[in-house]
Amino acid sequence: MSAPAYRVIVGMEVHLQLRTRTKCFCGCLAVYGAEPNVHVCDVCLGLPGALPVLNAEALRLGVRTGLALGCTVARRTKWDRKNYFYPDLPKGYQISQYDRPLCTDGAIEIDGDDGATRRVRIRRAHLEEDTGKSFHVAGTKHSRIDLNRCGTPLLEIVSEPDLASAEEAGRYLEELRRIVAYAGTSDGNMQEGNLRCEPNVNLVYENGDRTPIVEVKNVNSVAGVERAIRFEVERQDREYREHGRTSKNTPRSTRGFDDTTGTTVHQRTKESADDYRYFPEPDLPAVDVDPALVEAERASLPERPRTRRLRYVQALQLSAYDAGVLTADRRVADWFEAALGPDRTAKTVANLLTGEVFARLNAAGKAIDAVPFPPARLGELAALVDGRVVNAPTAKQVLKLLWETGEAPAAAVARLGLAQVSDPEAVRAACEAAIAAEPAAAAALKAGNEKAGGRVVGHAMKALKGKGDPTLVQRTLRQLLGLPS
Amino acid sequence: MTSPLDLPVAEMAARVADRHDSLKAADLVDAALARVRALDGRVRAFLHVAEEGARRAAEALDARVARGEAVGPLAGVPLAVKDNLAVAGMPLTCASKILGGYVPPRDATVVARAVAAGAIVLGKTNLDEFAMGSSTENSAFGPTRNPFDLERVPGGSSGGSAAAVAAGMAPLALGSDTGGSVRQPAALCGIVGHKPTYGRVSRSGLVAFASSLDQVGPFARTTQDAAALLRAIEGPDPLDATSRAFPAARPAAGLSGLRVGVVEELEGAGGDPEVAAAVGRVRAALLARGATAVPLSLPLSKAGIPVYYLVAPAECSSNLARFDGMRYGARVDAPEVEPLYARTRDAGFGAEVKRRVLLGTFALSAGYADAYYKRAMAVKTRLRVELAAAFSRCDVILSATSPFPAFRVGEKAGDPLSMYLCDVLTVTANLAGVPAASVPAGLTAGGLPVGAQLWAAEGHDDLVLSVGAAVREATGLGYVAPAIAKEVA
Ligand SMILES: [Zn+2]
Repeated sequence: MSAPAYRVIVGMEVHLQLRTRTKCFCGCLAVYGAEPNVHVCDVCLGLPGALPVLNAEALRLGVRTGLALGCTVARRTKWDRKNYFYPDLPKGYQISQYDRPLCTDGAIEIDGDDGATRRVRIRRAHLEEDTGKSFHVAGTKHSRIDLNRCGTPLLEIVSEPDLASAEEAGRYLEELRRIVAYAGTSDGNMQEGNLRCEPNVNLVYENGDRTPIVEVKNVNSVAGVERAIRFEVERQDREYREHGRTSKNTPRSTRGFDDTTGTTVHQRTKESADDYRYFPEPDLPAVDVDPALVEAERASLPERPRTRRLRYVQALQLSAYDAGVLTADRRVADWFEAALGPDRTAKTVANLLTGEVFARLNAAGKAIDAVPFPPARLGELAALVDGRVVNAPTAKQVLKLLWETGEAPAAAVARLGLAQVSDPEAVRAACEAAIAAEPAAAAALKAGNEKAGGRVVGHAMKALKGKGDPTLVQRTLRQLLGLPS
Repeated sequence: MTSPLDLPVAEMAARVADRHDSLKAADLVDAALARVRALDGRVRAFLHVAEEGARRAAEALDARVARGEAVGPLAGVPLAVKDNLAVAGMPLTCASKILGGYVPPRDATVVARAVAAGAIVLGKTNLDEFAMGSSTENSAFGPTRNPFDLERVPGGSSGGSAAAVAAGMAPLALGSDTGGSVRQPAALCGIVGHKPTYGRVSRSGLVAFASSLDQVGPFARTTQDAAALLRAIEGPDPLDATSRAFPAARPAAGLSGLRVGVVEELEGAGGDPEVAAAVGRVRAALLARGATAVPLSLPLSKAGIPVYYLVAPAECSSNLARFDGMRYGARVDAPEVEPLYARTRDAGFGAEVKRRVLLGTFALSAGYADAYYKRAMAVKTRLRVELAAAFSRCDVILSATSPFPAFRVGEKAGDPLSMYLCDVLTVTANLAGVPAASVPAGLTAGGLPVGAQLWAAEGHDDLVLSVGAAVREATGLGYVAPAIAKEVA
């Protein structure tokens, strides 16, 4: 079969929980995982007479996130009520932003499926309060309501339909998560519901036909988003080919994703836009966003993770893989950069960090802030490696001392006499002895069998107490055997 | 037969605060409770009388005075509170069945401030359900009666508070005014009622009807007493983002040179000749003391009623959504959530509340919001501008408060539109956010009170009240106790 005759079009709505200490419009703690209904008050319970008061920190984090997404921050923004009845919505309306969102017109960049940079436009990002949570009690006709989450601040981030595949949608979410984590505005944890997304999916055929847009709900992992979109693409194409369903004859609909089966199930049809009876929230004055606040947030924003990753590849000559690993977490990248210096290569620092240091952290289940020495110390060790003062096995030994006792690398090398032997005479003597001791292996090496030659190298290194400069040993052996160097 | 309850509030409080004076807060509370017992079976101003709580509070206050502690400017003054304001530990009903059994966890800011100033909460007063009405007949617990004629309504929606003060059961009361709900019952009961500038008084703990229009206001027998209560409750509140500080009060203006606006569109509205004559007498007295009349036109005030009856129901349809039977109040159970909502709200709300929720829901619906809600909001904005311009030409506007005096119980109950026209002279001040007070302007030949309404520019609440005091001096008209009040000490 030839290439598919359609393009996939995906837009994404993301609800991002902002990392405030307290809720958006009351003083209750905004925490995850507490006993149900303990972090509630008259405001977030919607008791009669209670009024919302804006948490300035929610506004600041909204501004900061918007800037991190490249958005324009409104000079004046306002609040609106979105009216609907639901048991986990105590007031019968959600305080949101309708026609004057806090942030508009941003964009983030991801790697497109074609390898080129894909720019995904952000249409708007607005603040709103979260709802509570409903739990259906299995085997009963009852649901339980937990209102701890009710009133926590959310930023709803709406992208343009600029994503062309499930994989791009996944990369968009990963990038968004890194951006907000870098900006420090959200934990972006999908398991805990800090970041929730609803992809909108449809297909456009070469003949101009479009399938009806489907909004997918209940996806709670990046893998889930990708599976849901792949399922939708296949389903919509089948519906089009077998039943001729297009946007002209079929309304938009909402479908729920089932993580166990990887399928989506019809929930409801959107005959027309839902009527939320939006109107300006009379309990909250419009907000004039202080330009000084916007500038302060802009000035303190870190480099975007993707920019940083590309810089590591281009300017620091790291592999794409290493650059990705180092920039996945801003704290790791910051730590890495603090270890760099003029007398060491980024590659050596990266190797030591992603190799020995990560292995120790992983074994202990710890994060980068648990490294017991400052980054500069790892940089010193890298400098010793790059200056060929120590070889790789010795570096590992020095790092162990550094980790366990804090002894500075140079001091440890001096104290224990760990400097590698780079004296050509000493190396030559050891190599001659090795050839004499392993004549068969030496002959094989001379014949081009590198593997058999390992015994000769090993003998020479042993004679040098493991501290021989490996490059010099190799070169000397080849010279002695009359091989080209 | 003078009772200490009939003293001016400042004098009453000063005597209670004076440890050497024989007058105690407990005496005031006992006297007030005695009047409630004697009269309220007929007037039915109260939904809840906090007999024990009021006595305990009075004793505690007297004990503080005895220890030499300073007490506030309302020390020992019994206060009636409209039952859409939260008082911790007392039921809050909004005169609705839907709140059945609900007791709020904390005081409304206005209640907390009045109590901090020494006031003693006597009880909760009757109202039209959720403050929607102009007669207090829309109460799920039955109507309040006008102390001047028990066959007539006290006005509304704060009819219970107005009747309590008029009958002498409490020297001070709190009400709420969304379209006239303090001023109109004050007029119909022959007392002073003030609707403050929007934002001057906190709404925290006031059960919202129409949030952009609601203001809590004082009822009293004189403007001085009303000002004393306003002083205690006003000021920005961290719990209400729409509350604001206003510049210090203008010194009380003399009548000489006072520019009194006379609005063409408000003259003779409703057409009761006795009301028009009473307001005319007030105006003449002011002019005779050196005030000047400024003829004005407020063309948009004619749109006041239609605008009000779109904006207020729209906001109420959203504000009352929380009464869904899920967390507090009455619930009519059902196997599914939708019918649970429907049954609970059908059984819990009265006819007028349902009418306004439906009106408001319709006015906000997709396809109708532009023609109704948004257009009404646009007119509201222009009305503010129009009124601000008027106040550049005059200091106060003088008009009637209600187009007619108290009507008979049941007279308008079957006719919502004619009931809505009770607000024709009062809604404009709410829509524009400006302060307005109703002050006594004498009685009709039939002995029913008439009120004159004084309005001023945003923030000029003190001017309204000081001109109100000047009206009393100039006309000699003020609160007179109804016959029923003379039956008791
Ligand atoms: Zn809360």
